[in-house]
Amino acid sequence: MTAAPALTRLHAHEMASRLRQGELSSRELVEAHLDVAERENRALNAWLSIDRETAIAQADAADARLAAARGEGDHALRALHPLLGIPVALKDLISVEGGQCTAGSRILEGYIAPYDAHITERLRDVGAVLLGKTNMDEFAMGSSNEHSAYGPVSNPWDLETVPGGSSGGSAVAVAAYHAAVSLGTDTGGSIRQPAALTGIVGMKPTYGRVSRYGIVAFASSLDQIGPLARDTRDAAALLHAVAGRDERDSTSAPVPVPDELLELPASDDEAASRLRGKRLGLPREYFVAGMEPDVEKRIHEAVAALEAAGATVEQVSLPHTDYGLATYYIVAPAEASANLARYDGIRYGPRLGDGDYIANYLATRGQGFGAEVKRRVMLGTYALSAGYYDAYYVKAQKVRTLIKRDFDVLWEQGFDALVAPTSPTVAFQFGAKMADPVAMYLSDACTLPVNMAGLPGISVPCGLSEGLPVGLQLIGAAWSEARLFELARGYEGLTSGADWRDLEPAQLASAADPVALTPADRARALAGASR
Amino acid sequence: MATLSRSDVEHVAYLARLGLTDEELARLQGQLNHILDQYVILTRLDTEDIPPTAQTIELENILRDDVARESLPAEAVLRNASQTDGEFIVVPAILGNE
Repeated sequence: MTAAPALTRLHAHEMASRLRQGELSSRELVEAHLDVAERENRALNAWLSIDRETAIAQADAADARLAAARGEGDHALRALHPLLGIPVALKDLISVEGGQCTAGSRILEGYIAPYDAHITERLRDVGAVLLGKTNMDEFAMGSSNEHSAYGPVSNPWDLETVPGGSSGGSAVAVAAYHAAVSLGTDTGGSIRQPAALTGIVGMKPTYGRVSRYGIVAFASSLDQIGPLARDTRDAAALLHAVAGRDERDSTSAPVPVPDELLELPASDDEAASRLRGKRLGLPREYFVAGMEPDVEKRIHEAVAALEAAGATVEQVSLPHTDYGLATYYIVAPAEASANLARYDGIRYGPRLGDGDYIANYLATRGQGFGAEVKRRVMLGTYALSAGYYDAYYVKAQKVRTLIKRDFDVLWEQGFDALVAPTSPTVAFQFGAKMADPVAMYLSDACTLPVNMAGLPGISVPCGLSEGLPVGLQLIGAAWSEARLFELARGYEGLTSGADWRDLEPAQLASAADPVALTPADRARALAGASR
Repeated sequence: MATLSRSDVEHVAYLARLGLTDEELARLQGQLNHILDQYVILTRLDTEDIPPTAQTIELENILRDDVARESLPAEAVLRNASQTDGEFIVVPAILGNE
């Protein structure tokens, strides 16, 4: 009880150096994390499954590799990946052979993955320890994690608020110190927005950077896998471990993964000094209607800090930003309606109905999918249907070209990156946006254009607004993840002395209460109070 | 752009193979029309000469050698099916039972 909380507070790179020095075993580390995760899952509901036995076996294997490398000397230790022996959480749409993979949906209840995702294989290769699978909005459709079939997730900064979504469980697992790092997916903001709302780092890499083999698909021209972590160095190390070409995903690009991802400066001063001379753009259209004034203030303070550190920040324009939301909510549902056609109750998932095959489909899908998934499948089916295909889908694809060109113009002008808010608001209360889908969709107004253009984007914490975390988003040209991480690490170094940097999630202590209210209890109580 | 009537919503639900309750159909009709209203903004843009973007990285025709390799074990695949018979998945008849 005394040593465990301290261990879980370490950053992954600190864990890695202690593991190498033999001051700490992966087993101790993993047990400490499992203890906290199991204790707090009632209050947070971040995990859909925790596999203690397998995790401990993986930790023992990591300890054996560490011991062997120590025996061989420094060169062998240096050859080990920084994630060896480090506890990792996976969003529950990533296949792990022999384990569940619900994608937050009833329709995949009981499904057992017959093979490992590519990224699961990569994590096994480097010796990371897989603790379990995290909660998420059903099929990654949502911005609050309230659309999970397995209940909402509480934000440890305020247990009555959402953690964002759709990778809400992965964000909370890291923010609440249940795992050192985690993987999520981002189709319109699903890594960056929950990272912002829970006060951690989250990156959506360039489209094609990480193989999606073995991942449950949502919108195939937009989906991308990426890391969540409590600092930029840990996030970069995780991206390094999973990125790269895989012939089983023909959209994974044959672009080399930069080793700079493992070489971000350890020194805050050195990191901050690299901001000097960088040219950043501040897109005026990202200060959208409905943005909270305090969030806007934090972003402007961050911009001022970047300028004070020697970066230049120029106002720029991305003129088609306002069309992003409508474009996204045609393209993504259209692709989703096609991808989700496979859930027919035949090869996997419960099969309902005892009528003819059409009646079976209607029952299986009508009852297996939740409200948001049905809404999007309906939208997508309509946008692709005869007579509307050109007016909606083709039109949206053309506007997508315009959105992408807006960014291309700025890269041609030589900007290193763009600076913007990640989310227009801080974490909101359960139920606040459930009655109005369009209000919920606006949560991703600042992140989804980045997916439309296939670019990398990263969210880093930049302070608090009324006690809740605010995220600063950096957006880069395709394949510029190493530079984005350098800039994000620079900002992190620059603000290492800020008072908000040392704060832990404000209601973490209440999450340890063994008889705490569950997030579903809290959501129900709030719904009752507002009636 | 169009407005969805109740029968349009029912038709789309059928195309999507979603069995919906009356309550769901009524709620979706309102919500879908509210969302479609947001799409109107796109008609402001002249996109006559703009090519559509289907994906953002310039990769085309990714080919590999056609080499036979081991497939997944039948057992691992079949255990996910709700109805099986030996090495087969049982499906409802799609042709009439003559």
